[in-house]
Amino acid sequence: MAEDLEKQIAELEAAEDSEAVREEIARLREQLEGARGDQKLERGEAWERVLLARHPQRPYTLDYIRMLLTEFSELHGDRRFGDDPALVGGLARFEGRAVMVVGHQKGRDTKQKLQRNFGMTNPEGYRKALRLMRLAAKFSVPIITLVDTPGAYPGIGAEERGQAEAIAYNLKEIAKLRVPIIVVIHGEGGSGGALAIAVGDRVLMLENAVYSVISPESCSSILWRDWDHKVEAARILKLTAQDLLGFHLVDTIVPEPPGGGHTDQEQAAALLRDVLRAALDELRALSADELVRQRHQRLRKLAPFVKEA
Amino acid sequence: MAWFKKEKKPLETPADKKVQTEGLWVKCDGCRQILWKKDLEQNLQCCPKCGYHFKMTSQARLAMLFDEGKYTEHDAGLASPDPLEFTDRKSYRRRLEEAQKLTGMKDAILSGEGLLDGKPLIACAMDFRFIGGSMGAVVGEKITRAIDRAIAKRLPLVIVACSGGARMMEGAISLMQLATISAALAQLDAVPKPFISVLTDPTTGGTTASFAMLGDLNIAEPGALIGFAGPRVIEQTIKQKLPDGFQRAEFLLQHGMLDAIVPRKEMKAYLARSFRLLGAWDETAA
Ligand SMILES: [Zn+2]
Repeated sequence: MAEDLEKQIAELEAAEDSEAVREEIARLREQLEGARGDQKLERGEAWERVLLARHPQRPYTLDYIRMLLTEFSELHGDRRFGDDPALVGGLARFEGRAVMVVGHQKGRDTKQKLQRNFGMTNPEGYRKALRLMRLAAKFSVPIITLVDTPGAYPGIGAEERGQAEAIAYNLKEIAKLRVPIIVVIHGEGGSGGALAIAVGDRVLMLENAVYSVISPESCSSILWRDWDHKVEAARILKLTAQDLLGFHLVDTIVPEPPGGGHTDQEQAAALLRDVLRAALDELRALSADELVRQRHQRLRKLAPFVKEA
Repeated sequence: MAWFKKEKKPLETPADKKVQTEGLWVKCDGCRQILWKKDLEQNLQCCPKCGYHFKMTSQARLAMLFDEGKYTEHDAGLASPDPLEFTDRKSYRRRLEEAQKLTGMKDAILSGEGLLDGKPLIACAMDFRFIGGSMGAVVGEKITRAIDRAIAKRLPLVIVACSGGARMMEGAISLMQLATISAALAQLDAVPKPFISVLTDPTTGGTTASFAMLGDLNIAEPGALIGFAGPRVIEQTIKQKLPDGFQRAEFLLQHGMLDAIVPRKEMKAYLARSFRLLGAWDETAA
């Protein structure tokens, strides 16, 4: 694996320079250290999870789709501007029944990474997601979202085409959909870019996934003016599945194979399958009115985070 | 979270700072001229020479919107219990205390109910002085309650955004406010009563990616910085300098993201007229 990582670093170093590329190189270097068994670095548990959530052999959205669903037919485009390869979606079957699946997609080798824009979605990606989710709602097809992104893409075109509006509009409109929505945070839950497809009736989070308002690196650079405090930042941001469950921001932690999802992709998918089935069965039993009512109620549970003076 | 950078800038000497914060004059960021603070106050914090819009406090903003500056404040006592027990180089509790002392508010937003041109209105205004107007659970809860009030009383709603985005010190809890507020706005859609979002300098990050872009009308003050990612983050990503005027209100208008740019002096009349045209008060006795 170390060789493969070294190759990717070299390829990226030869690619066009950008912050996204340099961040990826930094991440790969970290993985390389890990792969070489260099345990000298003192790492907090939260940071370990960040590394596992970003592990290069971790199953990605299309891997879960392949392992969990049948008859997947990818649906492209937002009917407005384009088709964003960083967010995929389509109709498929889960254990025989139709579902709509949408999710962020990262790339595994250098070419795929660039094609998928490192899993960083543009506005047309979020608009495609909403289009597919509305299509599902129209035909009473339940929705599964698979969340794995470092964040929404920060670029000129993204701003011109309304990155903020695309995310905001999703948040409002997804809340109205009258079909079950199950959200699976399976890798990185990177801020608003993750949330844009993470509003639903059940939020499942994989054991080693992370979900945060800001990356530990950016948090470190804002609060300490450097990247050296990312381990500390990961800890104080409370971004692990356990933390999120404690705050009731996720409903269920999905176990992973010992060592993490990358050690056994098939087993990771099988563990998710069981939780997914249970959640879908529960939600199918509810009327559309009840679903939407509970979805809104779920979002109001946050009140304990304020105090009345 | 552009607001944080400001704090770390090499600071002025204490003497300079005193002049800036307590002196009688201030330098205009628009035309670089020296302005008497009194002139500025009498002109709704707009430069009398070039029209540059200075930031407004929440109190001044609501006083400007409501008739005779009078309104009933709601949820004034809501405060953050520091759910993450967040401490970096300074504790979040400490930051909260300092911001509370500076602004006289418990958190970064003021929520009020009063009259606009004689008709009832619910309005909230964010305050950049309070940790960069960042949105944590208190801001989220106050906005959500304001939306609930607009639904229950069948009243129109104005939210004036001025914010660097979600508040890092409340982690994923602050992120979730985007979803909670947006879902409440989905319920307002069903009433329906109009919500006008007023975007002021600056409105970025999670604030833009939720209620600020979800108005039935989205209007902005001239020159306001509005975006998802901060300009510095984008520059680092693309390795180029950004074009002049990028992410300013005029740029957003050109790209179809805003209904209009409205100078502060015309804001109140514009809001009243728009609400009337939308029939906001047609069934409400006023
Ligand atoms: Zn001026």
